[in-house]
Amino acid sequence: MKLAYWMYAGPAHIGTLRIASSFNNVHAIMHAPLGDDYFNVMRSMLERDRHFTPVTASIVDRHVLARGSQEKVINNIIKKDKEEKPDLVVLTPTCTSSILQEDLQNFVQRASIETTSDVILADVNHYRVNELQASDRTLAQIVAFYINKINNKQKSDLKKTVKPSVNIIGMLSLGFHHQHDLVDLKRMFNDLDIEINQVIPDNASIQDLYNLPKAWFNCIPYREAGLSTAQLLADKFNMPYVDIAPMGLSNIKTFVCRIQSILAMLGCHRNYEKYVELQTKYMSQAAWFSRSIDCQNLTDKTAIVFGDATHAAAMTKILVREMGVHVLWSGTYCINDRQWFTSEVENLCSKVLITDDHNIVGDMIANSEPNAIFGTQMERHIGKRLNIPCGVISSPVHIQNFPLSYKPFLGYEGTNQIADLIYNSFTLGMEDHLLDLFGGHDTIDAVTNTLSSDNLVTWSPEALQELTKIPGFVRGKVKRNTEKFAIAQGYHVISLEVMYEAKENVKT
Amino acid sequence: MTLAITNSSIFECETGNYHTFCPISCVSWLYQKIEDSFFLVIGTKTCGYFLQNAMGVMIFAEPRYAMAELEEGDISAQLNDYEELKRLCLQIKKDRKPGVIFWIGTCTTEIIKMDLEGIGPQLEADIQIPIIVARANGLDYAFTQGEDTVLAAMAHRCPNTIQCSKQSKYNTKRLIIFGSLPETVVKQLNHELQQQNIHVTGWLPCSRYSELPVIQSGDYVIGVNPFLSRTATTLMRRRKAKLISAPFPIGPDGTKAWIYKICNVFNITPKGLEQREKTIWNNLEQYLQLIQGKSVFFMGDNLLEISLARFLIRCGMIVYEIGIPYMDKRYQSAEIQLLTDTCKKMKVNMPKIVEKPDNYNQLDRIRDLQPDLVITGMAHANPLEARGINTKWSVEFTFAQIHGFTNAQDILELITKPLRRNTSIHNGDNIYIKS
Repeated sequence: MKLAYWMYAGPAHIGTLRIASSFNNVHAIMHAPLGDDYFNVMRSMLERDRHFTPVTASIVDRHVLARGSQEKVINNIIKKDKEEKPDLVVLTPTCTSSILQEDLQNFVQRASIETTSDVILADVNHYRVNELQASDRTLAQIVAFYINKINNKQKSDLKKTVKPSVNIIGMLSLGFHHQHDLVDLKRMFNDLDIEINQVIPDNASIQDLYNLPKAWFNCIPYREAGLSTAQLLADKFNMPYVDIAPMGLSNIKTFVCRIQSILAMLGCHRNYEKYVELQTKYMSQAAWFSRSIDCQNLTDKTAIVFGDATHAAAMTKILVREMGVHVLWSGTYCINDRQWFTSEVENLCSKVLITDDHNIVGDMIANSEPNAIFGTQMERHIGKRLNIPCGVISSPVHIQNFPLSYKPFLGYEGTNQIADLIYNSFTLGMEDHLLDLFGGHDTIDAVTNTLSSDNLVTWSPEALQELTKIPGFVRGKVKRNTEKFAIAQGYHVISLEVMYEAKENVKT
Repeated sequence: MTLAITNSSIFECETGNYHTFCPISCVSWLYQKIEDSFFLVIGTKTCGYFLQNAMGVMIFAEPRYAMAELEEGDISAQLNDYEELKRLCLQIKKDRKPGVIFWIGTCTTEIIKMDLEGIGPQLEADIQIPIIVARANGLDYAFTQGEDTVLAAMAHRCPNTIQCSKQSKYNTKRLIIFGSLPETVVKQLNHELQQQNIHVTGWLPCSRYSELPVIQSGDYVIGVNPFLSRTATTLMRRRKAKLISAPFPIGPDGTKAWIYKICNVFNITPKGLEQREKTIWNNLEQYLQLIQGKSVFFMGDNLLEISLARFLIRCGMIVYEIGIPYMDKRYQSAEIQLLTDTCKKMKVNMPKIVEKPDNYNQLDRIRDLQPDLVITGMAHANPLEARGINTKWSVEFTFAQIHGFTNAQDILELITKPLRRNTSIHNGDNIYIKS
């Protein structure tokens, strides 16, 4: 047993449902107790979906516990087949059903005799994989199911497209800014004169899967979902793939270079150098922005990064290489991808953190006191408590992170968006100086709350008054430092004198 | 008791394929209500994910709840349940110093038959903190029934002897009210009864575990919520209390009937009750104008449906269907009677009450009936809105203050919100999905 208050990645069935519900006309049936269909709420609320989420439950209740599901699951599959006429029904096990150890595969086989739709059982173990791993597996499983259906005759018909083309793999419902990223990816491929063959699973039909091998290569923008599918297609059809997230200018450059070499390998020689140069100079404002005078103040600012592997690694690169921000440490909760993540960021920051325990992340942030945090919603709330600004760069997220306006993280427009996010997270420039000069503009009594709220020392009213004059974003740090100093020196009351003394002695 | 009603054909039962919250969601309001409590939900990542998302921002406010997340070793019994729970509870004791720890059993603990009721007392003696076990799982219960399982477990812990006998100056009969309500609503209802010279002896639950009310054999108990049938049964059978069967104090009509019934049992002639109800109705006039003659459809997910429907019919609305997860005809008998009377009084047909509804079939019926308002869960709200059907989230009724005379306005505030919104914005029909 593990004491847990919060988790970064959800349970496995969420991953499976995200895949199934991303496809067009695919229905998922969960073998689950009442109340486990919370996924429908999340999709309907976070994505503001206008359609009913194609997920229903075959309810596991007391009777199922006593007698087994018997015909219930089969009847539910057949009923859904008649009602909605889906192309595919994905039977989704949950943590509850996985310990019941019913032969779900058998139900699937028996049901598929009577259904016009295909039926498969999602092959995920609840106690071994999380949401992200499950989504990767389920996508590969569905693709494999249909790829294996392609017979030899069809295989000979499967010619590559005349013009270079690509499959974009791994755009999911409830994905962090996936819809916006897709728009920018499409634009980029259009600029590169590469046709989009298929985008999966987002809005794709099952029939589209048969056409996957027609593309020249595959693009996997996010490591968390799609790598297994890309590997599968590479094994079966010898299709090369690009698994670089085009997030940030240097990543985009590597991404385009890789595409160029893949095309060359396939006999199409293109030179994208000019394109990259023009885009970097004019389409993206990020390169110029980091040279502009205002951004000088970013020098020596510190930050920490935490999120899924894709976003955290790319963000670390952007902060260090493109913005000149000092990243104290960078981390991810994708424990299964630790090797890749470590190799990506170990040269960019002094410490790499791999954990899915938010308490460790919180303590690390409190100890390193960065000027800004780039993380998930959890880090945003840690930041709130510590009075450190936070930009959200990765799931888990909530409704604020499903903006209506166009906010991609990938591609050249993505670099603009990220530059804004970084800039707005720090209090910068003249504001910074003026606040220092005039002792802040908020004179409210409320003094920063700190994580270390032990009452070993008290503040004299005068000192407290003085503390309020210190600008908000450093007040917490000053307070903590002064308290530390006072405790070390054996003072019980922090007077104005002690405060000054602390300032003179403590190195910030 | 009118058997005619319970036997009549207004009751239907469907497949039980409906959307609702898992009953473990009760920790979200109970940990706030019981200030010295700590809720430990013994379950899997699935339970944790649900709570984390359903509780929203509350999760970041260091709530007094946590998951005891079961791992593969727990499922296959390679780890010892007792030792594992002891380790976690000692950590909770050290970090949070709670007055009581609630163990919430889940589907998984049911299936692997973890003997929580057996381990609880043993561990309680071992670590010197009361441990209360409630099985609020999705195999047996829906949403608000979670609170019912917790309160039923708490009912066993109420002391049965008065230590310092503080005799009430109002009456010799003792009255304990059960159901978790915000402190302000508790005060309001206490005050209403005070007006009738009735002193409320205590509430189950109260804001601290250590202040649980004494319940003796022969004490009177009354519920404030329609989903508390197990608690009522426990109080009657195990604590030998006498249950006052009354409609629930939701809406001015319900509140009047509730107080009236208590007065009746206590042999008190109610004072100014009619007038009080009338004043409240008068204050609601502007809302009533908005909803009179409008139709409403309850998809059903929190068991408040009968009481709300009864109130809305009294307001002049037409109720097409009352979906409800579970219908205890005995515990809700007085409420059903009031519903029947209200229908007669308002000259409308008695609506159909659908137990364990099937959401798919309901959507079909909604398509046919085109009601003015559908009260539903969040899974269906946006898709229905996109099809031009007004909706109100049913969960809001669980968290809003809806009890007593004072809060009748809040119910109508919620009900009329979608209707008022529609008069203030004008969208072309083209935003809708034609079906």
